[in-house]
Amino acid sequence: MTTAGSAGPEELRIAADEDVVRVRQAVRNCAQRVRLSLVDQTKVVTAASELARNTLIHGGGGLARVEEVVDGRRRGVRASFHDEGPGIPDLTLALADGWSSGSGLGLGLSGSRRLVDVFELDTEPGGGTTVTVVKWTR
Amino acid sequence: MERVPILKIGGILLVSIQVDLHDQSVLALQEDLAEKISATGAHGVVIDISAVDIVDSFIGRMFATIASLSRLFDADTVVVGMRPAVAITLVELGLTLDGVRTALDLERGMEILRGLGVGTGATFDARDA
Repeated sequence: MTTAGSAGPEELRIAADEDVVRVRQAVRNCAQRVRLSLVDQTKVVTAASELARNTLIHGGGGLARVEEVVDGRRRGVRASFHDEGPGIPDLTLALADGWSSGSGLGLGLSGSRRLVDVFELDTEPGGGTTVTVVKWTR
Repeated sequence: MERVPILKIGGILLVSIQVDLHDQSVLALQEDLAEKISATGAHGVVIDISAVDIVDSFIGRMFATIASLSRLFDADTVVVGMRPAVAITLVELGLTLDGVRTALDLERGMEILRGLGVGTGATFDARDA
């Protein structure tokens, strides 16, 4: 998988509510550029919205990076979310449906994982969290 | 922050979401609706999401909250106009929207409320007179 695309990666700071909306728009634009189907666009934008909100609320803010990727003939959109927050102490729990450390529904991580093709989570207690997702064209 | 306008048609409050909602706008809409139902005595709320291109867990929860809230004021809520791609995504996300009544479009949503005895226009005014 290589990074491609004329547009290059886009980096967005996540520090407030409006930034979650901006991340959604960046992911949607990228998904449209690589010609994901409307349903797949909707799925990856929804996943990005959940993850960006996690970065803001649980990570205390951070960075999103949105870019086009290519693998042979497939194209895709990759979005990663990084924060320097407290990290996730119990991953199994955090990825379970319905579990929430905050006031949410507990669908953020588990739900967004189901909406994408690749879901990578890198976290360490006290060492921040990075979540990377990819959605490929079919 | 953008505020979503709430229109009153007889005994029904109509909310048509036309913007990409910030979380704060979502919370503001819940509060505005509670105020407006209480102030007008409306018996029905229709939320039109035909222009909404994503519903994540935060926005989905708003529908459930508004439905529960309006019930406390003796009002019924119908969410109308969900796009097919949004519906597919919601199911996969795991959001079932329990307790939220839905209809395909605005017209059917109004019909549901009428079926529940919520009037529009003259009917409402006559009943409340």
